[in-house]
Amino acid sequence: MSLRRIFALVYKEILAIWKDKKSRAVLVVPGLLQLLIFSFAITFDVINVQIAIVNLDQGKQSIELIEKIKDSPTFKKVHFLRSENEIAPFINNQRGIVALSIDEQFSRKLEAHQPAAVQVILDGRKSNSAQIVAGYMTSILNSFNHDYLVSKGLPTQNAEIVPRTWFNPNLISYWFTLPNLTGILTLLITLAVTALSVARERELGTFDQLLVSPIQPVEIMLGKMIPAVIIAFSEATVILLAAVLYFQVPFHGSVLMLYTSLFFFVSSIIGIGLFISSLCQTQQQAILGTYIFMSPAVLLSGFATPIENMPDWLQNITAVNPLRYYLILVKSIMLKDISWTIALSHIWPMALIAIINLTIAIKLFKQRLQ
Amino acid sequence: MIDKNSLRIVKALMIKEFYQIMRDPSTLMLSIGLPVLLLFIYGYGVSLDMNNVKIGIVLEDDTPGATSLLNAFQNSPYFNVTVGKNPKDFVEEMAKGNIRGIVTIPEYFSEFRLKSHLKAPVEVIADGSEPNSAGFVQNYAQGAFQNWLSQESISSKLKHISYINPQFRFWFNQELESRYFLIPGSIALIMTLIGTLLTSLVVAREWERGTMEALMSTPVTMTELLFGKLVPYFVLGMVSMLICFLVAIFYYQVPFRGTFTLLVLCTASFLLSALGIGLLISTLAKNQFVAAQAAIVAAFLPGFILSGFIFELSSLPLPIQLITYLFPARYFVSSLQTLFLAGDVFPLILFNLIPMWITSIVLFYLISKISRKRLE
Repeated sequence: MSLRRIFALVYKEILAIWKDKKSRAVLVVPGLLQLLIFSFAITFDVINVQIAIVNLDQGKQSIELIEKIKDSPTFKKVHFLRSENEIAPFINNQRGIVALSIDEQFSRKLEAHQPAAVQVILDGRKSNSAQIVAGYMTSILNSFNHDYLVSKGLPTQNAEIVPRTWFNPNLISYWFTLPNLTGILTLLITLAVTALSVARERELGTFDQLLVSPIQPVEIMLGKMIPAVIIAFSEATVILLAAVLYFQVPFHGSVLMLYTSLFFFVSSIIGIGLFISSLCQTQQQAILGTYIFMSPAVLLSGFATPIENMPDWLQNITAVNPLRYYLILVKSIMLKDISWTIALSHIWPMALIAIINLTIAIKLFKQRLQ
Repeated sequence: MIDKNSLRIVKALMIKEFYQIMRDPSTLMLSIGLPVLLLFIYGYGVSLDMNNVKIGIVLEDDTPGATSLLNAFQNSPYFNVTVGKNPKDFVEEMAKGNIRGIVTIPEYFSEFRLKSHLKAPVEVIADGSEPNSAGFVQNYAQGAFQNWLSQESISSKLKHISYINPQFRFWFNQELESRYFLIPGSIALIMTLIGTLLTSLVVAREWERGTMEALMSTPVTMTELLFGKLVPYFVLGMVSMLICFLVAIFYYQVPFRGTFTLLVLCTASFLLSALGIGLLISTLAKNQFVAAQAAIVAAFLPGFILSGFIFELSSLPLPIQLITYLFPARYFVSSLQTLFLAGDVFPLILFNLIPMWITSIVLFYLISKISRKRLE
């Protein structure tokens, strides 16, 4: 191994990426776009809800209930419908996700100390949001109940839930999204500069030229790895800086721990990228290969939906997904300030994945050489 | 413009393209293997239904009242409860991410309930590093608690409590299976992959290898060339739509309440716009690496994040909401979810179809303009 040769390769690799205006743009633009748009867009919050209300009741109580709904910050606009028949078109055409129907007995029943039923109709096409809105409606109705009982001097409930949230007290979604984005983006970029660049060199024939030169396969691998690490680290750093300085996401843990995690994560992705490229002959195959790895890796990482919602056998399969460990690590380090013991329990699987893939990739490269 | 000769040329180009598809296994994999793989992942892996959320309950009070509240949590289908005496054990578990919430029933719980001026508190701490799960933990805890309260009021003598009793109806998806809306939505993503990624790669490859110039120097016109490219990938897209449809209906048992003709119409409209984006990217990029990355940014990520497939569009800040109207994925996802779960809602479907048509027309106009310039 010669450091000089590796350095020359790294230099060549960075030049190859940076000198082409379009591939330079491809490295920078997606990151910025995701940061700007997706960090706001990836949210499970449900706000600005449009609600329809059918109020057949003439009494005072229903008007008070409606006032309570109007005051709630969740609901942006209240549409008043004249009859229950108008609910179906409202929901069907997705003009709103929820409708409340109050029948003509409502106030009378409440005054008579009987339970008064109201119907809450939700759009099950978006069952997640619908459930969240149902939760909001429940708490509005609970507070109405409470106020009503107090105003009538009736006994109220003698116990209550005190909700608290740790690590992200106001449930701000980009405290979750931005740390995760460092993982997703480094994954995309690392795969692009390893798997695709090797495949392109192969398609253009320059890879064979490298192989016949005195450079050893291990040096070629290092020459591909080091630029990927440099690029991935810079991207992740930019996002982290933006997250902490601009978006005010807290950083409670150790910076060293985060970069250690990032290093092993990037290494495991490089291993996978090189492994894919050693199997492929053309760029199209390499792109297909990266997609076949990338889509499950992102979807089954706990980013979009929690891993614990998956069936057990699938949860076991996600054990080989390096992104899964990194996403846990980055959020835990930033928000929870975990100890090295906990961190290492997530780092070693990534190290193992990296070693296995890199070994296989070097073997396959050597085979081509002979 | 369309004479016999030109039809013959388009046919020849299409045959060439079909051969190319059949001969490169990766193209077939991308159009048939990947959709099945993705549907499989979406069907099993991507689920928003939280059952069996692991929580720890710290029971400091062991009077019957507190135990009955503990039972209410244990009987809730949503929770998988571990009971402990010491809050410290659970704090460590929550930092590790092994449990999603800690419920504390304090030792003074029963004592406070007997005093009229005090309210007995039950503290529910959720792990905010996963905000969506945290919201559900609070909601489910509230639900279990309310159940317990109403049972308590029945057994004790607190009769005549007047209260509002909300009845929730979840239309179209009474079982609240998130799979029912995620699978139709994921079909939009798969169509994006085929329509945009595959076409952009294929055309970029022709530019990269110089075969595009070779084709252009022949008497074939640009329109014929585009048709020869479009039709085979359009057919490929429709075939994988059919595969997705069958898998969704028969394997995952997603209900389909609309009509098949409308589904085909919507798919065709979306596919045209997706193909348009793919062609535009490849004409601009002329390089497979750039084309693949651009396809991810221009089609795949918007399809995933800005389409309402998982994330609620009305919650976005206004400027980003406006951006979502530019991407056809939004309209297609809404049409698919409606056709599968609600049925033929004509005004909505029409409102979704028109923007897809407009996008396609604009895209193809741009492509023909740019390509013509290239030729000169």
